[in-house]
Amino acid sequence: MSQRHVDKKARKTIGVTLGVTVLMFGFAFALVPLYNVFCEITGINGKTGRVSASEVNQRDFDPNRTVVVQFDGTVNSALPWQFHPRQVSMEVVPGKLYTTEFFAKNLADRPVVGQAVPSVAPGEASLYFNKTECFCFTEQTLQPHEEVWMPVTFRVSPDLPEDVHVMTLSYTFFNKGGLTPAQEKAGQGSHATGR
Amino acid sequence: MSHATTHEHDHHDEKPKGFVKRWLLTTNHKDIGTLYLIFALIMFFIGGAMALIIRLELFQPGLQFVQPDFFNQLTTVHALAMIFGAVMPAFVGLANWMIPMMIGAPDMALPRMNNWSFWIMPFAFAILLSTFFMDGGAPAAGWTMYPPLVLQGGKNVAFMVFAIHLMGISSIMGAINIIATVLNMRAPGMDFLKMPLFVWTWLITAFLLIAVMPVLAGAVTMILTDHYFGTSFFNAAGGGDPVLYQHIFWFFGHPEVYILILPAFGVISEIIPAFARKPLFGYTAMVYATASIAFLSFIVWAHHMFTVGMPLGGELFFMYATMLIAIPTGVKIFNWVSTMWQGAMTFEAPMLWAIAFVVLFTIGGFSGIMLAIAPADFQYHDTYFVVAHFHYVLVTGAVFAIIAAVYYWLPKWTGHMYDEKLAKWHFWLSVISVNVLFFPQHFLGLAGMPRRIPDYATQFVEFNMISSIGAFVFGFSQLLFVYLVWKTAKGGEKASSRVWKGAKGLEWTVPSPAPHHTFQDNAPVNDADLAHGSAH
Repeated sequence: MSQRHVDKKARKTIGVTLGVTVLMFGFAFALVPLYNVFCEITGINGKTGRVSASEVNQRDFDPNRTVVVQFDGTVNSALPWQFHPRQVSMEVVPGKLYTTEFFAKNLADRPVVGQAVPSVAPGEASLYFNKTECFCFTEQTLQPHEEVWMPVTFRVSPDLPEDVHVMTLSYTFFNKGGLTPAQEKAGQGSHATGR
Repeated sequence: MSHATTHEHDHHDEKPKGFVKRWLLTTNHKDIGTLYLIFALIMFFIGGAMALIIRLELFQPGLQFVQPDFFNQLTTVHALAMIFGAVMPAFVGLANWMIPMMIGAPDMALPRMNNWSFWIMPFAFAILLSTFFMDGGAPAAGWTMYPPLVLQGGKNVAFMVFAIHLMGISSIMGAINIIATVLNMRAPGMDFLKMPLFVWTWLITAFLLIAVMPVLAGAVTMILTDHYFGTSFFNAAGGGDPVLYQHIFWFFGHPEVYILILPAFGVISEIIPAFARKPLFGYTAMVYATASIAFLSFIVWAHHMFTVGMPLGGELFFMYATMLIAIPTGVKIFNWVSTMWQGAMTFEAPMLWAIAFVVLFTIGGFSGIMLAIAPADFQYHDTYFVVAHFHYVLVTGAVFAIIAAVYYWLPKWTGHMYDEKLAKWHFWLSVISVNVLFFPQHFLGLAGMPRRIPDYATQFVEFNMISSIGAFVFGFSQLLFVYLVWKTAKGGEKASSRVWKGAKGLEWTVPSPAPHHTFQDNAPVNDADLAHGSAH
């Protein structure tokens, strides 16, 4: 085997192994969105389901079964808002559609955009908690000192395991940043809940 | 890239003159192997010194010698120094020395890169160890660097991340070099299934390295940007997920533990046949077992995080997948025992260490199966049981294999026999004290003593005391090893080229000490010289 031939083969090996290295470095970062997608599909980590209104009420359910849904609203420290649910808990019949409201107020002197991230506990119940309408589906923009009541419409699936009696729907509002001066001038920032 | 292999030397033993030319600029695989091994030994003692301070503090309950924060720095850097500074470089050093000689190659495929990959290491560890002298001290969130705790570190976060980047670059370059060497530089006639098992296990380890070291680099980069640039990969306050970090880390971390142990399997598979005077039992089974362990290592990572609140299906999957690894590992253990069965065994130092490896690594393997049982793991998680488990597989596993390898090949490297009597003292002191050190930690863990903690409740006093005594005897016994190696390098009884009567493989066909340049002419290999030459 001549030296030249070895060099050519070795160069190919090095190319392939370097390629794998770069690919795996990228894979570490790709795991971030992949992880999210995986959790959404499997309902792990408190990621809740989403259904349209027409899908709801299509099957029978036991009108005598009730579970307690607790509500919780927190604001991330970087967001100058007030945020809390109208009621702390609600007794619901799995299979029926319910609506509750959350209150938000912008305490700052400038418009602020927020995004709510929902989480359901216990994790095994999150797959059975379906929202048809939620302020968490889109970003929310509040003008200086603006107050708003935001509805959430949800249905707990009748397939909810028998051993679940209490579940908690928790929202954390995160700061998505203030409006740019140009956006402010254009008067952008409608509320998804204003329908 | 230069090719040291292309210029022929008339005198095979001609070494470059002067310290800088000989060591700093060297592209010789044997010199670089020596550098790696010396570096690993130094890091072994630095990491060991930290371990002894830890055991000193744990000799009694209460705080006697160090403050909790410094204690946490010690546990963190002890692990990083031992894993990335001692065990990995030691195996890379053995690979550098032995792989070209075992496959009949004149040198590694990329000699210049080989030099770089070594000389990055001292800088990486200078950066890491310098954090001890900074405001806020060294990283203290454990070697696993879990957020959110790690994000609360001070300046040391950047130093730790860059040190890990450098170590990663070094290991990746070393791994690419080994793959390129094994795939392209084998002497004519050295087929894949004639390669010594040490070469096989290293080839597979090298593939693991290039697959997972970049993932670790990515994970620590995300920690860096979370800490300094306001990203929120793992920062829950910004919508990130700390559990995501654990998934990414252990996707690296589990293959990493096989990176630490597979070359050890290779070493033991060389030594046992030599001293049992029988060919290795089930050579091809060993190759396939190594490959299946490597494959399985990618799908078991979450057994390190059973307690994060995984769904039941996840716990079951990772539990069964983990237990599956016991099968190829069991194949290896049985093959080693079968090799010894009815062999004409002699018990020189390398064989003693190898036998101790088989027995004690198996204990570590069994405690691993206990930890793999998801419902039981909730009790063991983050206790001293885990500490006992991974020290059995890493100290009496990986480190014992490295020591066995040094005794086995030292006569080939230096041309002198080591002092067998002193080596036996070293062995018996170490093997007894290491069990005094780590075995009681099983009981501590089962009784509920948490790991990484400087103080403990009084019911744990006796076992901690015993463990600390074992630690000091084990630690100081290793000074005997340094003395032995130094003495052998200086002089001693001349070693023959075969050294051990039952040893097989191309490395034993060259004189002792091995000339500076070997196998320059690419001559076809003679099957009779190989351990696995005629079996297929």
